[in-house]
Amino acid sequence: MADTGYRQLRTSRANDVLGTIAKTFSYISGRFRWQFIFAILFTMLSSLTGVISSYLFTPIINNYIVPYIGQENPDLSGFIGMLGVMIAVYGGGLIASYAFSKLISVVSTGMLNNMRQDLFRVMEKLPVRFFDSRTHGEVMNYYTNDIDTIRPMIADGFPTLITTMITIIGCFAFMFALNLRLALVMLGFLIVTFFVTYFLAKGSRSTFADLQRQISNINGYTQEMFSGQKVIKVFNHEKETLDGFVDFNNKLYDYSLKTNAYASVLMPINANLAYIAYAIVSVIGGRMCINGTMRIGDLASFLLFVRQFAGPISNLSQQFNGIMMSLAGAERVFDLMDKESELDYGIIELVNVRKDSEELIETDEKTDRWAWKIPIEPPKYVELKGDIRLNNVTFRYEEGKDILKNISLYAKPGQKIAFVGSTGAGKTTITNLINRFYDVEDQEGMITFDGIPIKEIRKDDLRRSVGVVLQDTNLFSGTIMDNIRYGRLNASDEDCIAAARIANADSFIERLPQGYQTVLSSNGSNLSQGQRQLLNIARCAVADPPVMVLDEATSSIDTHTEKMIEKGMDELMRGRTTFVIAHRLSTVRNADAIIVLEHGEIIERGNHDDLIAQKGRYYQLYTGKAELD
Amino acid sequence: MFKLLKKYTQDGWWATLLGPFFTVLEVYVAARIPLVMSDIIDQGIYGLNGDMDYIWNKGLQMVELALLGVVFGASSGLFSSIASTRFIRNIRYAMFSKIQEYSFENIEKYPVPTVVMRLTTDMRMLRMAYVSIVRMLIRAPFNLVLSAYFVFTLNPRLAMIFALAIPILLIGLVVIHQKAHPRFRQMMYKFDALDANLEENIDGIRVVKTFVREDYENGKFIDSSDGVMKAQRHAENIVILNRPFFELVMYACMIAIAWFGGRDVIAGEMTTGNFMAYLSYIRAILFSLLMISNVYLQIVMAQTSVDRANEILDEEPKVRDNDADEDLQVEEGSIEFRNVSFKYSDDAQNNVLSDIDLKIEAGEVIGILGPTGSSKTTLVQLIPRLYDVSQGEVLVSGHNVKEYKLHNLREAVAMVLQKNTLFSGTIEENMKWGNPDASHEEVVEACKYAQADDFIEAMPKKYETELGQGGVNVSGGQKQRLCIARALMKHPKIIILDDSTSAVDTDTDHRIQLALKEKLGGMTTIIIAQRVASVKEANRIIIMNDGRIEDIGNHDELMKRNEVYRDLYNTQMEGALE
Repeated sequence: MADTGYRQLRTSRANDVLGTIAKTFSYISGRFRWQFIFAILFTMLSSLTGVISSYLFTPIINNYIVPYIGQENPDLSGFIGMLGVMIAVYGGGLIASYAFSKLISVVSTGMLNNMRQDLFRVMEKLPVRFFDSRTHGEVMNYYTNDIDTIRPMIADGFPTLITTMITIIGCFAFMFALNLRLALVMLGFLIVTFFVTYFLAKGSRSTFADLQRQISNINGYTQEMFSGQKVIKVFNHEKETLDGFVDFNNKLYDYSLKTNAYASVLMPINANLAYIAYAIVSVIGGRMCINGTMRIGDLASFLLFVRQFAGPISNLSQQFNGIMMSLAGAERVFDLMDKESELDYGIIELVNVRKDSEELIETDEKTDRWAWKIPIEPPKYVELKGDIRLNNVTFRYEEGKDILKNISLYAKPGQKIAFVGSTGAGKTTITNLINRFYDVEDQEGMITFDGIPIKEIRKDDLRRSVGVVLQDTNLFSGTIMDNIRYGRLNASDEDCIAAARIANADSFIERLPQGYQTVLSSNGSNLSQGQRQLLNIARCAVADPPVMVLDEATSSIDTHTEKMIEKGMDELMRGRTTFVIAHRLSTVRNADAIIVLEHGEIIERGNHDDLIAQKGRYYQLYTGKAELD
Repeated sequence: MFKLLKKYTQDGWWATLLGPFFTVLEVYVAARIPLVMSDIIDQGIYGLNGDMDYIWNKGLQMVELALLGVVFGASSGLFSSIASTRFIRNIRYAMFSKIQEYSFENIEKYPVPTVVMRLTTDMRMLRMAYVSIVRMLIRAPFNLVLSAYFVFTLNPRLAMIFALAIPILLIGLVVIHQKAHPRFRQMMYKFDALDANLEENIDGIRVVKTFVREDYENGKFIDSSDGVMKAQRHAENIVILNRPFFELVMYACMIAIAWFGGRDVIAGEMTTGNFMAYLSYIRAILFSLLMISNVYLQIVMAQTSVDRANEILDEEPKVRDNDADEDLQVEEGSIEFRNVSFKYSDDAQNNVLSDIDLKIEAGEVIGILGPTGSSKTTLVQLIPRLYDVSQGEVLVSGHNVKEYKLHNLREAVAMVLQKNTLFSGTIEENMKWGNPDASHEEVVEACKYAQADDFIEAMPKKYETELGQGGVNVSGGQKQRLCIARALMKHPKIIILDDSTSAVDTDTDHRIQLALKEKLGGMTTIIIAQRVASVKEANRIIIMNDGRIEDIGNHDELMKRNEVYRDLYNTQMEGALE
């Protein structure tokens, strides 16, 4: 059973925190190691400046202001010297803070970019089964959600963690230096703040998983509903759809409120707790000043430190939560990256060859002759002909539900084999197996290509030699020309136009205002389904493969257009092994062999005349139309 | 942004107002504290020469203020949090419900991923901006004003430094943000492009693999991903100036105050306590400015999200209920097109449909044939008002379709779309889209007519089978049959099948046609098809070409006089005569 998208739970915490951190940082330690190290150094420097800048007031007040109060001609040279020190320190801090921002921007955007690209590369290599068992929204989520949650950790969370530590430690160092007793008071305050933060953060975390689930739910729901928005209109189903949404929306509101409420009171509470500490220090410090055990300048600096270090503590807890969230996202991304890509043990490659006195010789030049290269010593070459055989193939997508049962069939090079049968009889599955979208288990039969088991052929080479026109028409953004060229990237414009002519797409393309340069909007929604299908065929025509699979490709082209295509297709099919899955029996009549499938089994096979003479299922189907007369 | 705020905070207005109210109280309390501290030093230590009681009193006063601050601060946080979540919930609801009003034309304008992004990511940005605004935009200026007041009362001459610094700071920050805004916009569009690229690949993975284009797609993705990165850096290059610039001004102020203030203290024109309070206020003032600038930045960034939300909210549904009569119901299934022309947009050059005059009697079965792009689908979409005519009028049951409430019209006109969708849920639940009150027997009946009952019964869970999003658990042909059954559930006066059996095999197709004929006795039926067999027995068959009706007639008539039809028939029926 496929996942239904929004019912699935995205956990909010990483299971393997350390492992995920290590993997995340591996993205930095590669190309961005030095930038990151310097970024951290600069941010440490900049927060250090902040601490020192407060401290600088102590000597100014103690040494250069208080002693001179009331003097007629005070000696200001020391004072000016201190100001010089201040300017130097501040200037350094300024540069450090700019350098940090700049570096961390480069590091974080760069590493995310690398991750995104790695993720994509892995994804493109995943087996079709991965995509068949997930909704688009789920796969998109890896990019739009998970990867983006990693950024705050690198750009914000981790540096803040470090600077906060520095600030707190630095402040404390100075505080202890200034006055031991007051510093101990502040230590007590730190512990209180820590506990307050801990309890509030815990409350917030308890509902966090629920919140994430609700976000996932609402994503899935909107995704699904917008995809079917036209159906909703036609069925007057707007109100019900909206009601469903309100449910999700309100739940999201509840959890989001619960989670945010804790976080939103944390900051103000901590900030004001700091004022209590401030008051206590003022009183005790004041008393010490009276007793003469503390200088007034020390107290002034101390009070500045009190204010300075209160802020970062509540910050720390927020950053901590953020980091945990990022790690959860990162872990999902890494899980996907660790997914096994399509298995490919094939070692046999497809190479260009030329024929010298019955001998096949491998060559780099572009000949029109191809051969399978079997890498033994010396290499053996088998000419590519397009002979496809299925030997006793049994296949199922999930346990206990056989789709194909013990199928054997044989397509000689250049033959046209047609599959006929009810929807769900297993026709499409055969094509899934021929180009290895799915693999047949070793003990459940074998498919061979020119006598070579297809599992021994490199997948890329196998697919290059099998052209498929699929039932769904997927086009890519870009011009029509780009889309046709997709079949063979080095095809010239003329090649593409010639292919479009074969597929009969030429006439409608020429009628578009921009012709071949017409830019297709998302998946070609500015074209009719039939037109998209024609482009699909043209794309395959330009690829020029020795074996072709046409999977119900003609089903949404009107008969008029189809008739015109047919001629071109016949041209295209000449000399190629072709598998056709079509509903219109008229299109399969001239096939060399027609295979009638029912519930995963071949119930009849033969050419048109044989099958008509057999008076079996094919005959019924065929005359089923005749009956209409 | 503020327009949205006004509109979507109404039901939580108390929270919306209480948030800022408590913020103001909190700030007031917090601003008083350094003053009290200054008293301790000046009066307690210096002035009264060590009066401990005075210091105790002042200390208690500070603790009281701080405790009040805790209460006020927590309340403000709580109420802001309530208000912001409510606000976002309301906008999200408004967007979703607005989309439900959209007509086809509007729907086509927005690809699914961008809508989802606007409802989620953009809303998250907006919520964050809102919280900042409520917390900071109130707190910071108030804090600023209050601190500035104290600064001026403590030492008016020294305060002139701020009079100089603040305008410089503000101008600098505004310039930074002005420059940043377009760059952020650009960044969002780069993200959209990236998402589109992804969606294409996920959707078309089979094509990618078939043509062995993984590496090529990688190249494309690397480009658009690099594009995002560059746009991000481009935008951030400006924003990162924010903090250093702020620090520059702040440090300059501190040095200036140290110098001038220090000299004042030495000259006896200012007390040490005041000088220290002063230093405390510098931070308060400048941090308030930094907060304002950060909030401003967030507003700028959120502005992109606001624009994107507004785009959805301000979109005018093209088809609306304007002159509709509440009570008017579709009585019977007659349809008339009077001199109808149609084009998809006002500035389009060519009509997609031209000069359509057509009368269909109630209960008639009409077939429509024609090449790809001949506007067959467009023609039938005018009947349930999925689009409105550009010229002429369409009548159903003797009334212009615009006279009916859309709801009433569409209840009576069922349409099976060419590109159809099933929804997650069981088969039974999907069927009830057609009629929520239907009994199980009615569901089974409709499925039997659509030839879906057999394969449903063969499934282990039968009508309780989960379909999965988009109906992934059934094949293309099964999906089409379920969609037909769902439309039949409505018991419509008119049913339109737009190429709805293309993936169904001939045998099943034939059985559906027979069943429909039997069932659809009273219903007007319009069948768009590719196969002549699907429409052969219609009362009349319309041959369309290039947006015009080329011929109308029954099978025999068309066989006699229409060459295109005859050719079509012969190709498809070849062999049938053997």
